[in-house]
Amino acid sequence: MNTLASPVPPVLQVDRLTKRYRSGERLLTVVDDVSFSLGPGETCSVLGPSGSGKTTLLGLCAGLDRPTSGSVLLNGQHLGGLDQDRLAELRNRSVGFVFQTFQLVPTLTALENVMVPLELRGKPSRAWAVELLGRVGLEDRAHHYPVQLSGGEQQRVGLARAFVNRPRILFADEPTGNLDADTGETVIELLLEMNRDFGTMLLVVTHDLELSGKTRRILTLRGGRITSDRVPDSLRPPGQVPEQTLSGAARDSAAIESDPA
Amino acid sequence: MRSMLTPWPWKMAWRDSRSSRGQLLLFSASIVLGVAALVAISGFRANLKTALDSQAKSLLGADLALSGRQPLTGEAEALVDSLDGAQSREVRFSSMVYFPRSGGSRLAQVRAGETAFPFYGTVEVEPLHAPAQLDRGPFALVEESLMEQFRARPGDEVRIGARSFRIAGRLRQMPGESLGGSLFGGRVYIPLAYLDETGLMGRGNTASYRVYLKFEDEIEPTALLRRIGPQLLEFGLRAETVAERKARVGRTFENSADFLNLVGFIALLLGGLGVASSVHVYVKRKVPTAALLRCLGAKAPQTLAVYLCQALGLSLAGILGGILLGVGLQYFLPGVLADFLLVDIPFHLSWSGIAGAGLIGLILAWLFSIQPLLFVRRLSPLAALRMDYEAGRQPFDWAQWLVRLAIVAAILVFALVHTSRWTYALGFVLGLLISLALLAAAARLGMALIRRFFPGSWSYPWRQGLANLHRPHNQTVVLVLSIGFATFLVMLLYLVHQGLLGQIMKAGGKGQPDMVLFDVQGDQKAELADLLQGFGAPVLQEMPVVAMRLQSIRGKSVAQHLRDPGNTIPNWALRREYRSTYRGGLLENEELLRGSWPVGEGESGSPPLVSLDEGIARRLEAGLGDELAFDVQGMLVATRVGSIRRVNWRKVQPNFFVVFPPGVLEEAPQFHVLVTRAGAGSTAAAIQRAAVRRFPNVSVIDLALILKTIDEILQKVSFVLRFMALFSIVAGFTVLVGVIGNSRYQRLRESALLRVLGASRRQVFLILGVEYLCLAGVAAAGGVLLAWLGSWVLARLVFQSPFVPAFLPSLGVCLLVTAVTVLIGLLATRGLNRLPPLEALRAGAHRL
Repeated sequence: MNTLASPVPPVLQVDRLTKRYRSGERLLTVVDDVSFSLGPGETCSVLGPSGSGKTTLLGLCAGLDRPTSGSVLLNGQHLGGLDQDRLAELRNRSVGFVFQTFQLVPTLTALENVMVPLELRGKPSRAWAVELLGRVGLEDRAHHYPVQLSGGEQQRVGLARAFVNRPRILFADEPTGNLDADTGETVIELLLEMNRDFGTMLLVVTHDLELSGKTRRILTLRGGRITSDRVPDSLRPPGQVPEQTLSGAARDSAAIESDPA
Repeated sequence: MRSMLTPWPWKMAWRDSRSSRGQLLLFSASIVLGVAALVAISGFRANLKTALDSQAKSLLGADLALSGRQPLTGEAEALVDSLDGAQSREVRFSSMVYFPRSGGSRLAQVRAGETAFPFYGTVEVEPLHAPAQLDRGPFALVEESLMEQFRARPGDEVRIGARSFRIAGRLRQMPGESLGGSLFGGRVYIPLAYLDETGLMGRGNTASYRVYLKFEDEIEPTALLRRIGPQLLEFGLRAETVAERKARVGRTFENSADFLNLVGFIALLLGGLGVASSVHVYVKRKVPTAALLRCLGAKAPQTLAVYLCQALGLSLAGILGGILLGVGLQYFLPGVLADFLLVDIPFHLSWSGIAGAGLIGLILAWLFSIQPLLFVRRLSPLAALRMDYEAGRQPFDWAQWLVRLAIVAAILVFALVHTSRWTYALGFVLGLLISLALLAAAARLGMALIRRFFPGSWSYPWRQGLANLHRPHNQTVVLVLSIGFATFLVMLLYLVHQGLLGQIMKAGGKGQPDMVLFDVQGDQKAELADLLQGFGAPVLQEMPVVAMRLQSIRGKSVAQHLRDPGNTIPNWALRREYRSTYRGGLLENEELLRGSWPVGEGESGSPPLVSLDEGIARRLEAGLGDELAFDVQGMLVATRVGSIRRVNWRKVQPNFFVVFPPGVLEEAPQFHVLVTRAGAGSTAAAIQRAAVRRFPNVSVIDLALILKTIDEILQKVSFVLRFMALFSIVAGFTVLVGVIGNSRYQRLRESALLRVLGASRRQVFLILGVEYLCLAGVAAAGGVLLAWLGSWVLARLVFQSPFVPAFLPSLGVCLLVTAVTVLIGLLATRGLNRLPPLEALRAGAHRL
């Protein structure tokens, strides 16, 4: 593991983040004392079995939910100090989302779906939205409704929408989870390509080992805790230990370190 | 709300509605009827006002009408002659009329007049030349209802007292008289010149003597009245000008319109509940989209604004529909109320009425739709990530309560505007809230009982249909409220109507008197009693009646009371003619409350002690020992109040406000009343025929006539009420259609899933049928129970009669409402089974 401190300030810094829910009489800890940080343009996937807290962690990082304790610094702003409307504004200006279920508004055309973030900002740019649709290969499907598009096409519209506001941070929740292998492959390529081109920090929650293998860093979550923080085998320099299992102090140190590889 | 001023929410709202505009319009249908009712009533009210303004003079038929209970004295005649206007005289009285061709007779209102009247307006009569014939001889105009009752035709004979008249035509409408008035006995117009020949005037008949006056334009009747008012009072004459008549008629209709407005408003409120329910379901379906918008950076107010814009658009669509329907209804409303109208109602649009109704509709519909939308403000964007996201316990939301408060305040303000009294408005709001709360409680209780006692061994479709009532986001309570409330209104009207009739029927029960013969002269008593005996009808009671007027109370004259600005005694109680009797004891239907009866002789020289009915004593503000002086046909009789009685006025027998002791009135001009029991209807008719032939001056009222009259009045009034109750019913069913249409996709998915699992179409159909059956059954039963409660309260507090639940009609209403609801429900869900299951599942999914 590389222990050099990042020379630039992180875009996402998570510090001792915990989220608990009450379920009847029981108090469930879904995210348990998690810390890590990611720098600009960095890509990171979060792996883990169902119920390990991946999506909850993503939601907390994106300011979609409030933590029980701990803090999130996103694009230089402490989320805990922002009200819901400031959080929405931050997401609109700096964050992009890709969802497992695509989450297109069924009553809007592909082009209108892509334009929503810009329209919310009051600066709709049709040309830019059309260009992005062209980028994902859907310029001829711009006026189709989601119901008229295949799953892969819907997710490509989702990608175009995620990048339309030129975000510094992109959160993706199982982006290939509802797609077959070939379509998933195409979407991964597009996602990483656009991510590279836009210089976006990417945090992706996935079960897809192929996708996680293409990110520069992999966090593994189990029972709400980070159990490993490693570089994928494909990117690991020769001679480096294949997997670093974190616990105790090692995990804490990982919280303030990043992998510059 | 500021976000609604930017274009984005409007654009998004329009785009978001693309796939479900038809379905969204169903919500707005819920308020269409309520708005329509308000538009129709306010438009009708405006039209009526215009009609009253333009046809004011035909309301009275003259510029000034004077009326008194005695023929005009010489001085009064001189005063009338000095008024310098065209005159027309009329004498009004009640008498039996006899139709020889059919052999039928009944009590009627006879008007003996001069043909100059009416000075304004036209007589609606067939044939048109009939009124002119009254100048040429003993002809009569007979009201259409009387002609129909006795199958009489123009040219037939009608006998009034000792004189026969030939019927010149059938009368439809006379200026200044409403058809509603004819319910109290049809009208017969005869020439004044033949009045004496009837022989009825000298026989103790109490008549009203009228003079109609028409002035030249320069004479202003109101100013004239100010000048001659004191003299008229002195001569015992009442005056009425066109302005007064117009105000009186206007007031009556204002009151009716206010009442109708409240009924229309209830339809609007039911629609509002339907809107709230539909929006509630709609917005739940929109959670993923709303959450996504929040994820993409939409602020809470922006997201809320999208749905507020949709709600506003829908409300406006509903209002537009309501206005169009309302204008159509306004066109037909004069026909519904025709029997109570004195003027022809022209049709024109009332823009202020339309604007007012539209504004009320908009405020209510929007408030009702805002309430379920408010939760969008607090929707977590996390719902976009997790399909199964369920928000935890929500903290107190002041905005929700503020909107609820605003709804109640809007209802209160509306009620206040239309009742003009805080107490009435509060009563309306409280009554409404209590009714709705009771219905909601009945709905929950009914559901719980069905759940608890439903046989578990019944087939799956039955159990599933029942389970549907408890599905998440169901609208069971709202549907029960809207259908139940409509059932309640209809059933309550029925129960009150039947209760009143039943009360009168009971009064004429076995062995009870059922016929009253009055205006019997002293020399006719014995002969009439023999006649009655001949028909097996014994004389059960015989009472003398003496007509008199109040002269003074505790030494202060009636005229002084009338002039006193601080007078709190009603004018009618001071001015009316008192028909009193004298006897030594109480009757069976009387109860002594204060004082003693029979009274003793009293001290020599002291005024006789009279007994007052408790009601009139309260009105006259007279207590035991107070001095009352009566003018007994020219002779002043001073009395003291010796006792106060409670009288059961419902008995078919003459009852009296004032009863004198024996030994005071025996020498006064008087007639007698005989009370008998005729029994079968044929005997009663035979007695009437024989009595009117032998004693033309004697009038007969029997139980059948009273029942018929009251039934006709109630029929007329309740027809108008039912017309409005129909609004509530249709509003309830519109809500049903809207709610079912709105949850169509939920049902579509459920049905498709069931079919995937192997359910036949018949089973799916049965499941839906069972759901609607339970729902409608609970709603109808709740409505009927509430109507029973309302009717019981009215019976106890207002009518003071026993409560009759009317089991069979109640069951009939329950079955009818249930059947119609199931039918409408199944029709609204038709086509659900036509799609193949997979297609249905997909279609349902895309709508989510």
